[in-house]
Amino acid sequence: MSDAPILHFEKLTKRFPGVLALDGVTFSIQKGEVHALVGENGAGKSTLIKIVTGVYQKTAGEIFFEGKPVNFSSPHEALKNGIAAIYQEFNLIPALTVAENIFMGHHFVTRRFFVDWNRMRKEAQELMRFLDVDIDVDQKVRDLGVAKKQVVEIAKALSHRARVLIMDEPTATLAQKEIERLFRIIKVLKSEGVTIVYISHRLEEIYEICDRVTVLRDGRHIATRDVRDVTMEDLIRMMVGREVVERFPRVSHTAGEEVLRVEGLTRRGVLENISFSLRKGEILGIAGMVGSGRTELLRAIYGVDPIDEGKIYIRGKEARIRSPLDAINHGIALLPEERKVHGLVLLLSVLDNLGLPILPLVSVRGFIQDGRLKAIAQDMVQHMNIKTPSLFQRVMYLSGGNQQKVVLGKWFARNCDIYLFDEPTRGIDVGAKVEIYHLMNRLLERGASIVMVSSELPEVLAMSDRILVMREGRVVGELSREEATKEAILRLALGRREEYASVG
Amino acid sequence: MPVLVEEKSTQVFQKFFVFWDRVGILLAFLVVFVMFGALTPVFFHPLNILNVIRQVSIIGVIAVGMTFVILLGGIDLSVGSIVAFTGIIAAGFQVKWGGSLFLSIVVPLLIGGGIGFLNGFISTKGKLHPFIVTLGMMSIFRGATLLVAQGKPISGMSPAFRFIGAGMVGPIPFPVILFLGCVIIAGIVLKRTVFGRYIYAIGGNEEAALLSGIMVERYKISAFTLLGFLSGLSGLILTSRLNSGELVAGQGYELDVIASVVIGGTSLMGGEGGVYGTLIGALLIGVVSNGLNLLGVQPYWQMIVKGVIVIFAVLLDRLKRRFRTA
Repeated sequence: MSDAPILHFEKLTKRFPGVLALDGVTFSIQKGEVHALVGENGAGKSTLIKIVTGVYQKTAGEIFFEGKPVNFSSPHEALKNGIAAIYQEFNLIPALTVAENIFMGHHFVTRRFFVDWNRMRKEAQELMRFLDVDIDVDQKVRDLGVAKKQVVEIAKALSHRARVLIMDEPTATLAQKEIERLFRIIKVLKSEGVTIVYISHRLEEIYEICDRVTVLRDGRHIATRDVRDVTMEDLIRMMVGREVVERFPRVSHTAGEEVLRVEGLTRRGVLENISFSLRKGEILGIAGMVGSGRTELLRAIYGVDPIDEGKIYIRGKEARIRSPLDAINHGIALLPEERKVHGLVLLLSVLDNLGLPILPLVSVRGFIQDGRLKAIAQDMVQHMNIKTPSLFQRVMYLSGGNQQKVVLGKWFARNCDIYLFDEPTRGIDVGAKVEIYHLMNRLLERGASIVMVSSELPEVLAMSDRILVMREGRVVGELSREEATKEAILRLALGRREEYASVG
Repeated sequence: MPVLVEEKSTQVFQKFFVFWDRVGILLAFLVVFVMFGALTPVFFHPLNILNVIRQVSIIGVIAVGMTFVILLGGIDLSVGSIVAFTGIIAAGFQVKWGGSLFLSIVVPLLIGGGIGFLNGFISTKGKLHPFIVTLGMMSIFRGATLLVAQGKPISGMSPAFRFIGAGMVGPIPFPVILFLGCVIIAGIVLKRTVFGRYIYAIGGNEEAALLSGIMVERYKISAFTLLGFLSGLSGLILTSRLNSGELVAGQGYELDVIASVVIGGTSLMGGEGGVYGTLIGALLIGVVSNGLNLLGVQPYWQMIVKGVIVIFAVLLDRLKRRFRTA
């Protein structure tokens, strides 16, 4: 690691209409380091990287790249100069091959017009070998999983000889094993002198992979430190701006009678012979790799996807659930993984969204009784502490945490008592996470029960009463709160088939 | 990811679109209205105005139904053929099959609703894009019309039946009353009923609507059925007004209808818009056609102008979305 900063920000400022997104930010990123950028949503992380990569134009201040002031006008220009960014939404063309995607925009050509396939494939294979991953470069990108697509993005950045690689929440959709592979790749890149800017909400990872960390809050630079010199509590305090007493405020409850029992649930090729039960007042965590069938299990119980075999009992009685409406009528609520895609109608107001599942209940002969609806919605906004200027605000303008509260509020209003949470805190900042946990606790106090799918092991471990571990569409083990450790879960989640034959 | 234009202009654009959402279309309509009035004095004559809105009613009734379907993110190209088919059936009952007033009204409406139901049923259950399903239906019912009529128009309606398209209530043509009635009822349904709010929810985010327990398919089929029914009503009005079930009736209506809805500010992406915009959109198209007619512009030009207006309207919608997310 040399001492010359590869990137230096000097009083960088960005003003949007009505918002000061970045306010005189000054700090440096050293060549060859892995530099974490943390902060709550709205702290200015994305704005900063979008300015560096030329998506946005700065309002004031300077950016120095390798000692020279730069001002890129487009991501393409930034890339040409050696700064690449990988966002959560990949920038790949599904119908083209891995090799084509890697060299998109700078194809090798022969005789000016013809794509030099041989050279392109060879160089792509070399990149894969360099990254030490096994991906067939002739495969279509659409046939790859999330983790491999990410590797293709990294290879693409390298093909442009990127010297700075910015990664925005790279592990958000990866399973544990894939995260380990990503970290291995990051180490390889680092050894080659590539500088990595690493953005993540998962603080554990920062200690694992990063050298230094910069904290932003409300568009201001708060601190840049060596990771070794700062504790996680300090980091959180700097991000939130106040003391967070507990990251996982789990209140223990005594579990009551069984409210949900699933017996032999099978959806061919996806879920196999799954049985478990859920008791009143408990959180049942479901851990496992991405693609192990966790989301699919929730969807099957909720009646979104049809099941081939198996029975679902609710409060001891067999329930026939063929649609989400059936599930809701049995008191089941699903909080889907991708809030924006599955949970909310972004164009509609807070009022309309909260009203979605309850409209028929507040209507007379199809006509909505506005007063009753508004009263319930108002109540929810207060109860859930949703920060919105009014009931008529479109939810697209709320922050991630507040959007999640709206999703949750829908079901509070409907009085559901079995909650299926799918990645409840993904993409939500530390402060809002704690609030979501408090809301879960409140649900339990009200006599509800929760099934929680989560890829964040600390969250699963801290919040669950029991943990089911899934692998390849089966339940491969159940751990009590006492037995559960990170290692125990990983062993089950990764374990070979014969090891759990007796369990499943 | 769109590269931001200078902030200043972004702000101006955002303000412009907020403004446009509220009154833009109405303003555009008034400008065109006054402009034609200034160019041809005949334009403002009450008889001409009545003529325009009577003309508009035939398209407008369908456009009300189309608003529901487009709000859901769907589309229906078969409306013109439904007009022709229901019209020929009505004429058939009037002239050939006994002359019952009741049957010549009720049967075409039911058939219209039935075709709409099929459009909705096939596209939702078969998971096909309504574009292709209704394109097929467009051809099927144009053919069916020719088949039923055996290639000849059916003319000579009873006076009672003629009232639907040509009657007057005081100074107001009856079709205008039907049209405005549809607009008002649809406005109330969209704003105040569960059905209406769920239409917006499904159009805005189908998956979220489904997971919220909304029977998405049922609502989609209902919207297509409603549109088919209203196309049937339009078929009745047209047949009654022409005093004949014509083979080419309703040809090209899909463009005028979709144009009315889109010009009225309903997004082709679904989830945004409303029926009052459609009312103005339909009037705007009617006024442009009529005005160009009075000015003695060749009818061919009307089609070109209409096409330009449609593309312009969709472009505006696109820009609006862009600047909202910026």
